Amino acid sequence: MLKALENLGTTIIASLEMTGRTFNLLLVVVWELLHPPYRFYPIVRQMYFIGARSLTLIIVSGVTIGMVLGLQFYNILERFGSVDLLGAGVALSVIRELGPVMTSLMVVGRAGSSITAELGIMRITEQVDALECMAISPGKFLIAPKLLAGLLSVPLLTMVFDFVALFGGYFVGVYMFGLAEGSYMNGMIDSIEWVDVRLGLVKSLIFGLLITLICCARGFYMHLGKAGSQGAEGVSSVTTDAVVLSSIAVLFSDFLIGALV
Amino acid sequence: MKRLNVQLVTGIFVMLGIAAFTYQAVTIGGASFTQQPGYTLKARFDNISGLRAGAIIEAAGVRVGTVSDIEFDPDNYQAIVSLRINDGVPVQEDAIAAVRTQGIIGEKYIKLTAGGFPDLLTDGMQVTETESAVSLEELVSKYIFSGSSAQ
Repeated sequence: MLKALENLGTTIIASLEMTGRTFNLLLVVVWELLHPPYRFYPIVRQMYFIGARSLTLIIVSGVTIGMVLGLQFYNILERFGSVDLLGAGVALSVIRELGPVMTSLMVVGRAGSSITAELGIMRITEQVDALECMAISPGKFLIAPKLLAGLLSVPLLTMVFDFVALFGGYFVGVYMFGLAEGSYMNGMIDSIEWVDVRLGLVKSLIFGLLITLICCARGFYMHLGKAGSQGAEGVSSVTTDAVVLSSIAVLFSDFLIGALV
Repeated sequence: MKRLNVQLVTGIFVMLGIAAFTYQAVTIGGASFTQQPGYTLKARFDNISGLRAGAIIEAAGVRVGTVSDIEFDPDNYQAIVSLRINDGVPVQEDAIAAVRTQGIIGEKYIKLTAGGFPDLLTDGMQVTETESAVSLEELVSKYIFSGSSAQ
């Protein structure tokens, strides 16, 4: 009984410590970014890995989501005889909600997991310590390019996802169900305001920062947790943790931003 | 070569993202950096229930402007609505501005009906002839209660 209580306490303290370390890492990296030397090529390389290499996945999932939405909305709207709202329905749900969230989840699965694994392996094979010995700040050298690339790539990917999903819905509405072309496009244009696009943009910026931060911190600090002494098995468990945690963070902050903005 | 390749692909990715964003913001979102040329008229309404800033102004079913601002006048207990009318759309002194609904439960918009006077309103002037929003609930309750009191 007492043992169980003790375990619970340890877990809570450990997760609080992890949260504190994560935000500490963010502050340290931002501080270091403000000081020279400034290096841009590493950011481009990370953007290539996080963003450009995700494009295929994002485009395929975007088209699919758009087509599914078109199909389901059409079936519902047909009952009320208001199929001309199809464009509005697809556009609103994609731009406000599904675009940012789905893109972030895809990026977590594709890039986030490998960020954690990479940093975790660098940590347990003492490469991070080697950097510190050479007086190179690992925060600036390893983490800053990934954070910046995540912050920039996720919004860009979201925009591509939105665009592609809108045309997936267009394809289903116009070519499969024979909806008038103008009613889809104009329904979309009439119902979407600049605030909706802005909300999607704000969401994707925050998600981009959150997921890269969580994935970096999990891998970078893996030696401080329980997994630190477990070698390769430890890396796999930290990676799983990072993916689960960042997915939950995305979904929960989605609700928070939606309620606040 | 390798370095060039990474930069090229990343560059294409960034351009794609920015293009998709611009399309959404400008074409679908309707954000414009330059305001469409036009002039602003004022109109007083007793009740504009449901009308929001940004609502459409229509004349003969064609979009001719937007509602730019809504204020409350505490002295007369009226709503003062600023109507941004596109250039080239003449509004006569006795033109009628009415708050109408698209469909039965659709959004509220302002319907402009041309007047007969030759004099045109210019920037900052007031549309005097207005019709307030018709509340469906009030009509229904009026009908129900007048029916029961007659018995």
